[in-house]
Amino acid sequence: MNDSVQSVDPETCFLTLDEFARLFEVLISRGYEVIGPTIDQEAIVYGQLSSIDDLPRGWTDQQEPGKYRLVRRDDNALFGYVVGPSSWKKQLFPPVSTLARADRTEEGWQFQEAKEETPRYAFLGVRACELAAMKIQDRVFTGGPYVDSIYEQRRSQALVIAVNCTQAASTCFCTSMETGPRCKAGFDLALTELPDGFLVEVATAAGAEILSDLQTMKVSPEQDTQANAARQQAVDQIERRFDTTDIKDLLMSNLEHPRWDDVAERCLSCTNCTMVCPTCFCSSVEEVSDLTGDHVERQRQWDSCFNLDFSYMNGGLVRNSIRNRYRQWLTHKLATWIDQFGTSGCVGCGRCITWCPVGIDLTQEVNAIRESES
Amino acid sequence: MNSTVGKQAEKSDSIWVAKTAVIHEIAAEVSGVATYQLSLRDAAAAQSYRFEPGQFNMLYIPGAGESAISMSGDPADCGTLAHTIRLAGNVTRSIAALKVGDTLGLRGPFGTSWPREDCRGKNVILVAGGIGLPPLRPFIYQLLAQRDEYGSLHLLYGARTPEMRVYTREYDRWRAEGLEIRETVDRSSPGWRGNVGVVPQLLERLTGFDPAETILLICGPDLMMRFTARAALQRGMTSEQIWVSTERNMQCAVGLCGHCQLGPEFICKDGPVFRYDQISPYLKVEGL
Repeated sequence: MNDSVQSVDPETCFLTLDEFARLFEVLISRGYEVIGPTIDQEAIVYGQLSSIDDLPRGWTDQQEPGKYRLVRRDDNALFGYVVGPSSWKKQLFPPVSTLARADRTEEGWQFQEAKEETPRYAFLGVRACELAAMKIQDRVFTGGPYVDSIYEQRRSQALVIAVNCTQAASTCFCTSMETGPRCKAGFDLALTELPDGFLVEVATAAGAEILSDLQTMKVSPEQDTQANAARQQAVDQIERRFDTTDIKDLLMSNLEHPRWDDVAERCLSCTNCTMVCPTCFCSSVEEVSDLTGDHVERQRQWDSCFNLDFSYMNGGLVRNSIRNRYRQWLTHKLATWIDQFGTSGCVGCGRCITWCPVGIDLTQEVNAIRESES
Repeated sequence: MNSTVGKQAEKSDSIWVAKTAVIHEIAAEVSGVATYQLSLRDAAAAQSYRFEPGQFNMLYIPGAGESAISMSGDPADCGTLAHTIRLAGNVTRSIAALKVGDTLGLRGPFGTSWPREDCRGKNVILVAGGIGLPPLRPFIYQLLAQRDEYGSLHLLYGARTPEMRVYTREYDRWRAEGLEIRETVDRSSPGWRGNVGVVPQLLERLTGFDPAETILLICGPDLMMRFTARAALQRGMTSEQIWVSTERNMQCAVGLCGHCQLGPEFICKDGPVFRYDQISPYLKVEGL
């Protein structure tokens, strides 16, 4: 997967539903572990798939601040939902990974890298906002002087099959963040779902190779029109608008704004927003020792700036209130992220709004600060 | 995907893997503070190890964890690596239980360094609070090694009590080599004839230097650094002449774990040494 080999005008073809069903065996026979949407614990999450039957056929999600529900559709759409609580971050930046090992020998401590086999993933069903999130995490983990090798290896081996959104949730605001809903770059294949199959855009040689194992058809003008209409439906359904004009200066010049106290009254500091966010990358390292204490693994786990001890230093906490922790999260995501990585940390997927137990909506928090300025 | 993918993969291999360091010598400094002379056991690694004054290492005790410790020795002599450690937390207390010949892990050096080039031809004032002197000591060695390249050199040092001052055995030599030392303590004790009061007062009272031709380097608690910088600004210095060494919770030391952020800066890789105009807008915000 490389931007440079992606042609400007991607080749397009049509895949019938039956051929699409064969995609799973093609991917698996080529050594890929297929990860995609499936229903688990009353939500559409990304998990390992073995066949088309694992997809959430005929289900959709209803989302609003603090609420997520699965609802039956009146058709058999396979990708007729928006986004769930999981993102591809879980595969590329695992919630738990072993970084290094220490072993006590007669000559003292010996240190070595923890060699883990890198899974070869085929991501099926990546949304435009999630492609944007991957691109952001590429910068975070591989764009600086120090590279996270776990992320880098998983990422470089992953095949990305995107699926264009054909509907939107009330929490979506990708159009404001200019990340979607149309998948434009960063994929090997991009699908648009139609009632009898998929329109496929082929962007890379790796994508073309997968398709060469399947029977594809020429796209008819009707199918093309249908696909355009389906994608336009997602655009039309996005109602949420988020004004990001000068957002960095707006937030950084309002670090003592009373709105931070206001949101702190509602925020539970539960970390949900950071866990579901497809770009949040904070982590902590723990020591995992055997009973003798002679063999120790350094284990990295996702952490959150909402956790109380995240800013622990010299026997105290730097961010000792929910106000300070919410302010850190929001200003990092929307303002200082731009200084650090040349991009916003927000892709407009709306997960943090949906999965906040009290329905805090970051777009509203920023709007409140903006309105007080004018 | 990203053009950097692959190309930098080789560099990444060693990010998390510590090197074995052997404790060569342990010298008690003051109550609860000791200097550990470490040497890397791998001969090639020891040979190639270099650091700049102001940088830090991650010291690692398997089972307890890592702690960011500033280098406090002479950068011109990397035969053994000095780390002056306040034995306070989980990791440093585990270090306190070690003896000469024991091993521990070391990753580094990391971070930015004191602005040597900016100091050339200028007066240099080093301001340290308590355990803030160790991160400045490598720079003191460096300044004194080429004493004639600088104007006046001052060390303004504040400690809680006279007994808590570190490196006092070296003061006579530093003075002889051309460093003027002014000291103050929060609480006096019998026999103390020096100043009692806070560090910024030493700067307020300092005479015989041209503020316009001076670089100020500060290392200490956030509040002490802010008040010292304020005193310097009142003396007519600008934020561009002031440098500070900041501290936050550091875990990865390479800007990937997120813990040490202060505003847009990752203290571990963008700092710990910052020019004051770069960091002061964030340093003065409570709880940021």
